[in-house]
Amino acid sequence: MHYTTTLDGCTPGTTGTVRAVAGDSAVAQRLLALGLVADTPFRVVRFAPLGDPIEIDVLGTRISLRAAEAALVHITLDAAL
Amino acid sequence: MNAPAVPTFALIGNPNVGKSTLFNSLTGLNVRTGNYPGVTIDITVGTWTIGGHPVQILDLPGTYSLAPQSPDEQVVYDLLAATLPAAPALTGIIAVVDAGNLQRNLYLVSQLLELHRPVIIALNQIDQAVRRGIAIDLSTLSQQLGVPVVPMQAHRGIGRDALATAARQIIAAPHAPPEPVLAWPEAVADALTARLAADQRLTRSAAIRAIVDHDKPAALLPDGTTSFAALEAGVRYGWARALLSHTVSQAAHVDTTRDRWDALFTHPVWGSLTFIAVMLLVFQALYTGAAPLMEWIDGGVGAFGQWIGGLLPDGMLRSLVVDGIIGGVGSVVIFLPQIMLLFACIAILEDCGYMARSAFLMDRIFSRVGLSGKSFIPLLSSYACAIPGVMATRTIEHRRDRLATIAVAPLMSCSARLPVYVLFIGAFIPAHTVWGVFNQQGLLLAALYSVGLFVAIPVVWLLKRTSLCGATPPFVMELPAYKWPAPRVVLARVLDRARDFLAQAGTIICAISIVIWALAYFPHSPAITKEFDSQRVRTLDANFPPEQFALIDRLEAAALLEDSYLGRMGHWIAPAVEPLGWDWRIGMATIASFPAREVIVAVLGTTFQVGSDADEHSASLIDHLRAATWPDGTPLFTIPTALSIMIFFALCCQCAATLVAIRRETQSWNWALFTFGYMTALAYLAALLTYQIGSRI
Repeated sequence: MHYTTTLDGCTPGTTGTVRAVAGDSAVAQRLLALGLVADTPFRVVRFAPLGDPIEIDVLGTRISLRAAEAALVHITLDAAL
Repeated sequence: MNAPAVPTFALIGNPNVGKSTLFNSLTGLNVRTGNYPGVTIDITVGTWTIGGHPVQILDLPGTYSLAPQSPDEQVVYDLLAATLPAAPALTGIIAVVDAGNLQRNLYLVSQLLELHRPVIIALNQIDQAVRRGIAIDLSTLSQQLGVPVVPMQAHRGIGRDALATAARQIIAAPHAPPEPVLAWPEAVADALTARLAADQRLTRSAAIRAIVDHDKPAALLPDGTTSFAALEAGVRYGWARALLSHTVSQAAHVDTTRDRWDALFTHPVWGSLTFIAVMLLVFQALYTGAAPLMEWIDGGVGAFGQWIGGLLPDGMLRSLVVDGIIGGVGSVVIFLPQIMLLFACIAILEDCGYMARSAFLMDRIFSRVGLSGKSFIPLLSSYACAIPGVMATRTIEHRRDRLATIAVAPLMSCSARLPVYVLFIGAFIPAHTVWGVFNQQGLLLAALYSVGLFVAIPVVWLLKRTSLCGATPPFVMELPAYKWPAPRVVLARVLDRARDFLAQAGTIICAISIVIWALAYFPHSPAITKEFDSQRVRTLDANFPPEQFALIDRLEAAALLEDSYLGRMGHWIAPAVEPLGWDWRIGMATIASFPAREVIVAVLGTTFQVGSDADEHSASLIDHLRAATWPDGTPLFTIPTALSIMIFFALCCQCAATLVAIRRETQSWNWALFTFGYMTALAYLAALLTYQIGSRI
């Protein structure tokens, strides 16, 4: 059974695995090229002080993306936090 | 397509892998900017000398994927795929790869290997990778990829020789690398085979692009895949993972240093404070570093002008050379230390990684306006000088955002406006204390500095809804590891900019200075000079003190200026500026300061018979301004008039050097003319409103 949550709902410290990136907009293509493909682990590092953007750790790279962009990324969370 | 007379390599890689450092290390200062039609971004071309023979290197913009998403990226792709007519044929491709981030970097490499062109992998930042516990089996990696893999530390120059050897081998015996075997699903693999069979000259890369562009890729997707892009990404990363499982091992390692810095820089309170501290440091460096140099240049230009003036006979030629050319160009060149220093600071902040954090901090605010956090540093820099600010917009990937930022950068009150503010506030605004604590003069200065910012917001909003409208661009940005900025790279970039700036100053600005000089000099009516000469004779006869001659000189200069074409223009536009509370003299001085706003002080000095070397602190200029009247005797410089002048200068783009920089960054005059036009209109309106409302209060 698929548990689809999206990345924008996660709090700092959350870890999980990417399932898919919705659509093929420019944002989606950029996220895919950066490594947010299926079965890739990620970790949410922090939010910016004003709440947006979000910083995540993927394949050893720190990436900043806005909440609206993070909403395109479908994920599975690791063990309940 | 041209066969290369000189072997040519393209340098390409992800952002933040040390590509510029490598390029700089190979080519030194031996660079120029390549001009390919259709490209708005810079492609720097440099010469690398291998064993006495020159090799051309094209520094392509950093990218994560070759799939073109913009016209600029399309041109880069065409250049690599050798379908760009104007570009030289490539002997090979040097892929700069970050050894510490191999998996992500291999995505681009897998695409490069499909271009049917020789590839060398420059495995950079190998020391960082080793420090993080990453062990790479170089020979197996090279063997599996089928291309040379050269470990490098570009910032120390390590690995250059091995790279040169690999390049030489390719020049001598070019051969295309084996294509990576990607696990495409059957439908896609069949479509690819069909296309490749139909056209023998097609590269695998072109075949994939053709499927994306022409076939119906959705029909080829297996169930559950959301898009072809997702499929391609999955397939390529799968290949990279498999490759790395044989060749790379990573010891568990936690990088705490960068997390500590990040915690500081992105903390709500400490991050903002640090940011303010950094900015204050930059502005302080500008003040202490640039100011003495600027004085030195000012003195030098003045001395040079005097020396040349001594060589030439009195008359038009001397005035042209000394006042027109040397004075005009000098007034722009004097800003060179400030521009270079500011640009060095920006380059250092960008290289060390801090710039990305500041964009991360500010993005929320900027996205409300329609821009992104990346516009922050360019706009902030424009508070010192818009020229480096406009140049700094190169870090803004998205073209529409970059144009919008460039359009409002001159609204940020730059340091050249300060003399105008100082003069008029000092002369006409009384130093009252407001609300017990604040000085009225200081408050007004702060207000003038903020006006540009507040006006910029609706301007950006409007632009993004009209000529620059379009989908909100993605703000997906890498936050690179911190690193010490390489001094040579920073120096090379600063010198490159300075050279550009001086070239522009020497040509366009020189031309504009001559035009303004001519307007202010001609017709230089002999009748006027004769009249003043007879006054001098009378003075001599009557034995008046020597100061009298100085006074006659100033009166003559003022009379000649009023009679000149510039003066006549002042009279001609007088009806248009009267609603602003200005008379013809203020109008004329404003026209004269369109190329460089600080000129107004000198022109006012001449007009009001104080002498053209008056500056904003000169007491006699202030006295004369206070005493100036309209023909009917009422004071000319009332507070509303002074305010309307200041607000006009706050909002108007009176800087030819900035317009030239805009033209250079946007590769056409259109945007520069647009910026000049809308700012002049805004300035006029604001001055009008200020005077009309102010004089009724």
